[in-house]
Formats: sequence, structure tokens, C-alpha cells
Amino acid sequence: MNLKFTNVSLRLKGLTLKLDVTLDKQVTALFGPSGSGKTSVLELVAGLRRADRGVIELDGLALTNVCQRIFVPARKRAIGYVPQDLALFPHLTVGQNITYGVKKLPASVLDLSREKLCRVLEIDRLLDRMPSSLSGGEKQRVAFARALLTSPRLLLLDEPLASLDQSLKERILPYLKLIRDEFVIPILYVTHSASEVIALCEDVVVLQAGKCAARGKPADLFALSDTRSYRLRAL
Amino acid sequence: MRSAEWEIVGFTFAMALLATFAILPFGVGLAWLLARKSWPGKSVVETLVALPLVMPPVATGLILLKVLGRKSPIGAFLQEHFDLEMVFTWRAVVAAMAVMSFPLLVRGARIAFEAVSPRLEQVATTLGATRLRVFMTITLPLAHRGIIAGSVLSFARALGEFGATILVAGNIPGRTTTLSVSIYSDIQLGHDGDAFRMLVVSVVLAFVAVWTSEWLFRRSTPAA
Repeated sequence: MNLKFTNVSLRLKGLTLKLDVTLDKQVTALFGPSGSGKTSVLELVAGLRRADRGVIELDGLALTNVCQRIFVPARKRAIGYVPQDLALFPHLTVGQNITYGVKKLPASVLDLSREKLCRVLEIDRLLDRMPSSLSGGEKQRVAFARALLTSPRLLLLDEPLASLDQSLKERILPYLKLIRDEFVIPILYVTHSASEVIALCEDVVVLQAGKCAARGKPADLFALSDTRSYRLRAL
Repeated sequence: MRSAEWEIVGFTFAMALLATFAILPFGVGLAWLLARKSWPGKSVVETLVALPLVMPPVATGLILLKVLGRKSPIGAFLQEHFDLEMVFTWRAVVAAMAVMSFPLLVRGARIAFEAVSPRLEQVATTLGATRLRVFMTITLPLAHRGIIAGSVLSFARALGEFGATILVAGNIPGRTTTLSVSIYSDIQLGHDGDAFRMLVVSVVLAFVAVWTSEWLFRRSTPAA
């Protein structure tokens, strides 16, 4: 993956997001406190927001170029997006949710990829259920499946574990590692949890007040504290 | 009840139904625009839509009389090109009911659209759906109960419409007499018993419609 932000700026309430960075690792974390602009970065990449200035390119192709008035709409970007609230369609079954974005494929091809995905994420027995009847962890895996089944060029995950309790986090984390290793899809992963960054990511961009405050390998930016939790080293 | 009274009930019911169906596409479209889009002059449109709720119905009727009368451009156009007489016909009854009940439909549908999380629509677009597909498969199914509730409420309003109807359609027995016009007429003529029977029918119809609408509104919030 090569996701390039060139002089991108976006005015938000109380801060201006400014990015000039190239992300080229398979799993990159956007790390920072609440209100630092992490979700807005995902929305810019997904095409749900328009930048005020700058260029965003994915693998050399412009998604947004404000000067040249290029803005590829979200539906044409082939970028998977899993928001923090998951946004499962409440009136559709799990099966209908996960195939919502699938283009017309021969049934055999679709069945094969859906079968594999459902097996890996262990949701094959949930297909006829409604989202409201699922547990938090099941909902999470369905949201991953829905985004993955469209074969995205890039997967955007917005704090996927933030709303889960510790035991559920520990159960979902292996699924995220499976997605990373089995499907080999580049991931941009928003989090404010250092341990998730350490567990999953090769590269981390630290956002503070809308600006890139640090960039590097997780091991270089985080240190194990006395309480055996990871903390960001002083910048 | 006498057969003439049943005819009035049937006529009123049919006119209210027609008025509700006539405004449904416009009301739903406008409600969606008001719920989801911003544009210059939006507050003016919002106010205009709400006007029939607060204006004296007779004043709305007078406006309709002027707009649909033969001497008006619209009335003259309809007469000339389609040979359609509007004023003092069943069409005027439908027009009066439609105008008076439009705000309730828009209000109900707007609340229903606003209750649908824009996040669901956004995610649908990232999954490759066009705007039309998002509307048809996400927004509309999630808002449909609220839209139906608004329609039922607007239908109930149309059933009870009086002020604008009497002015623009009059009280022509067998042609434009509605339930509420009939009650008024019976009271004027001292037929209190007839008026009371029609009153009971009005109360029952209004009760069923409002109860159904409230029930649908309560069920219209999409489950997480």
C-alpha cells in the first residue's frame, strides 16, 4: 500500500487537521487522544469528507486533489470502512449485511469467498440472525466481514476494540491478526490504545491536535511502563 | 345511519385517501431534503410548509380559491388545456385536504428520516452503493414506519378538514359535502341528531387514525 497525503488540510471544530505523510506499511496505526482528528483522517480517505486543501493518493491514483477538483466518491474508492459504532444495517440479516456491497459475481465465486470469510471470522452460524440479536464481539466480526467481502484496496478500522471490555478485546484481537495475515489487505487502524498498536501494527503515526507529532515503529515510540502497560515515550 | 350519510362518509374517506396519496411523493421528497440537506432559503421553505398548520383554514381556502379559480393562471390553464373545473368540485375537496394535511406528512416523514443514522448511509456508500440504492435499501426501509405514521396522521387531518374545503369546494350535496361540512350543515339546519351521528363517526375515525399513527411512531425508531 502507498497512501500519500500531500499538504492535506481540513478545518474542524477547534482545530485544523494538517497532514503531509506517506504510509506504506501493511498495518499503520493512527494513534492519538480523543479529538486529535484521527476519525476525520479515515473519513477523508473513505471519501466521506472533503479536504479543504491538498492531495490524497492511494497507490499513485488521486482520491482527492483539491486544486484539480478531483474527488473520487466513496462508492468508487473500493475502500472498506468499519466505523466505531459498526453501523450494521439493523433491518437486514447478517447474511444480507455482509453481502450488501458485493458486486454481481458468479454465485460460485461469491459463495467461495463468503464461505472462507465466514469460516475465518466464525460467523457462519449467524447468517440468518438480525444484528440486534448479536453480542458485541459477533457484531464486530460481522462488520469486518461486510467490509472485507468487497475486496477493498484498503481497510479503515476506527477504534474497533474501543467499546469492548477487556475479555472481548482479547477474543477479537486474534481475528484482527487473522484479517491481517490471511487476507493481506492494507489496514489503517485508528486507536488510542498503545497495546493494540504494539500487537497489530508495523507503523504508527501519532496525531496531536490535528498534526503528525511523531512517526515510526511502535517499538520505538512506545515503552513498557512499571504497570506493564505500554506508554508513549515523551515526544 | 342513513345511506346518504354513509355516502358522505365514503366520499370523505375516498377524498382524504386521494389527497394523502397525491401528496405522498412530494411530502416524502421534501422531508428527505429537509432532514438531510442544507441550502440557502431552507428556513423559508420550512416556514412555508408549516403555514397551513397555523394559518386560519379559511384563509388557506381563500388562497386556494384565488389560485384555482377560473380567473387565475392555474385555473385558466387547467380549464383550457384539460377541461378541468377545479373550484366547487371534488377536485377542490382533494386540493384543500392535500394542502391542509401536507405539513403533518412532511413533519412525520422528516422525523423518520432524521432518526436514521447518517452513518448507516455513509457505510453503504463505502460499500459501493449509489445514492438511489442507499435511499431505497437503507433510508426508506428504516424510515418507512415513520413515513406511514405521518401519512396516517395527515390522512386523519384530511378527514376532518373543514375551513378551506367549505370555501373552495362549498357544500354541494352528493358532490362536495364532506363529513365535517355535513356536521356544520346539520347544526345550521337544526338536525342535531344527524349531526351527532356524524360526530360519532368522526371521533371514531380520528381516534383510530391517531392511535395507529402514534403506534407506528413508537415503533419507528430503528433498532441498533
